Amino acid sequence: MNAQMHPQDGYTTADGRNIGPVLMEMRNITLRFGGVKAITDISFDIREGEIRAIIGPNGAGKSSMLNVISGFYVPQDGEVWYKGQKRPPMKPFQVARLGIARTFQNIALFEGMTVLDNVMTGRLNHMKSGLIAQAIWKGRAEAEEVANREVVEKVIDFLEIQAIRKTPVARLPYGLKKRVELARALAAEPSLLLLDEPMAGMNVEEKEDMSRFILDVNDEFGTTICLIEHDMGVVMDLSDRVVVMDYGKKIGDGTPDEVRSNQAVIDAYLGVAHD
Amino acid sequence: MLYREAGDFKTSYVADGQTFPIWFDRMRYYAVLAIAFGVIPFFVNDYYANAVLLPFLIYSIAAIGLNILVGYCGQVSLGTGAFMAVGAYAVYKLMTAFPEVNLFFHVLLAGGITAFVGVMFGLPSLRIKGFYLAVATLAAQFFLVWLFNRVPWFYNYSASGQISAPDRTVFGMLVSGPNAEAWAKYMFCLVFTVGVAFLARNLTRGMQGRQWMAIRDMDIAAEIIGVNPLRAKLMAFAVSSFFIGIAGALFFAVYLGAVEVGEVFGINKSFLVLFMIIIGGLGSIFGSFAGAAFLVLLPVLLKNVLVGGLGWPTDLAAHVEFMIVGLLIIVFLIAEPHGLAQLWRVAKEKLRLWPFPH
Repeated sequence: MNAQMHPQDGYTTADGRNIGPVLMEMRNITLRFGGVKAITDISFDIREGEIRAIIGPNGAGKSSMLNVISGFYVPQDGEVWYKGQKRPPMKPFQVARLGIARTFQNIALFEGMTVLDNVMTGRLNHMKSGLIAQAIWKGRAEAEEVANREVVEKVIDFLEIQAIRKTPVARLPYGLKKRVELARALAAEPSLLLLDEPMAGMNVEEKEDMSRFILDVNDEFGTTICLIEHDMGVVMDLSDRVVVMDYGKKIGDGTPDEVRSNQAVIDAYLGVAHD
Repeated sequence: MLYREAGDFKTSYVADGQTFPIWFDRMRYYAVLAIAFGVIPFFVNDYYANAVLLPFLIYSIAAIGLNILVGYCGQVSLGTGAFMAVGAYAVYKLMTAFPEVNLFFHVLLAGGITAFVGVMFGLPSLRIKGFYLAVATLAAQFFLVWLFNRVPWFYNYSASGQISAPDRTVFGMLVSGPNAEAWAKYMFCLVFTVGVAFLARNLTRGMQGRQWMAIRDMDIAAEIIGVNPLRAKLMAFAVSSFFIGIAGALFFAVYLGAVEVGEVFGINKSFLVLFMIIIGGLGSIFGSFAGAAFLVLLPVLLKNVLVGGLGWPTDLAAHVEFMIVGLLIIVFLIAEPHGLAQLWRVAKEKLRLWPFPH
């Protein structure tokens, strides 16, 4: 994929999609746990409408990076810029209100609730009625519930999980749970969607389904996606630009083709003889 | 068969989201309400009101309250007895300070005061979870009971240290004190029980309930979606304590009439209500009713059978009753750890297909 770069206004991908300006920018992020440096001085940006991948060997700090973005970790150094503004240190629930949704590497669904309730929970930041209104239910709370249910049903249709709408999540197989988790994140109508290994532990067919959903989400809703994935085939096919990390450092950044031919990346993945 | 989903199509999200989606269920619910409001008040006598109906209704309120905290929000509490005591003492102080005010408002206000106290003791839940939180609420249990015993202001400096309910009316109807009629007490409690169940059901099916359950099932994921854990947990403590406070106020003012705090609202009460929701079913409004019914009705039933039916001496019957109730609790929990509500749910799922298994 040969991208043509326009630093200020975005660029056009090889398949003709227009990528917008910078949505989120990480500037010189450093994250330490005691003496261990999980992330060292990493900078990269995520542009509106693109699919951005973060790859790297195990322990490279990819998930830590995602946790920095979603507010679980506060970096010791560096700045997070979002929508042109510097983001102060925030709790995860405040980050969610900015329109950043995510899924987890090991599924984090609400097992005791039905699929519908799980996905409805994603609408949290779009529902405003207070405790009293909800307790009385008739009127405002019910109208709001119905309006948001309509949005949720669209997401359910989109991800083809209509048949399991009323099933408790605990009864679902792994692949479907992953899909429900994506549905919950999508229900929030995020401007930035973070996916932590959306295809971990899936067979080829499930991976194909999930890849199609990710592309469709990007295509139809124009959602910006940042994903971590280990399956190189998937990453190279899906993403517009790739960040490569190793031992907490950034060793490559660019289009899949550029990254593939980067010597440092090849060394990190294949290993290199040390003198 | 009447009990069928087949053919019972929903054409709007409102119809799909209702509490009793199946027509038969809905009709049965209306029938129960009609009997409770329209038939029972005309036949109730003192024995049934005091032995069965009043404790059942009041414990149901307490169980719903505790279920919101433990079953829906996943915050274990052992302070139920103390929070009921807060409700009881609050209503006592209000009744004696403002005798002319309708008792209905006093009870609501007592619930509000308990909600405030509950939030205070819920603050540690932000830092500690599970058993550790249970121990922290245990502190509330002992501290509050001690407070009501030791500070004479709470019992209006009465010589016995007890509080006793004076005659108070609701819209001209006497509901508290020794001269109140059984049917009036029953109706008063019934209105509160139905109201609490209605509010609790609405809260738990809406976004507030989803936030609570999200915190219960996976707090990290809840936070990433936008649930403010502090707010959600304190809200659970507030709503839960509000209901428990109402239960405590009714327990004292309408049911018992006189209370010695250590005896009535001790740790035993906390455990009793906790057992009710565990046996009835955590995270279920119906389960709260089922659990309250089980632990209120079973001893009465056993006593009637053993003493009245078999002619056993009362003391022997009382001991055997403990053993049977204990045994049944264990059997139930082994057979169905998710409580009576789950048994009911499974039965309904089977019934949907009956008599054709597939």
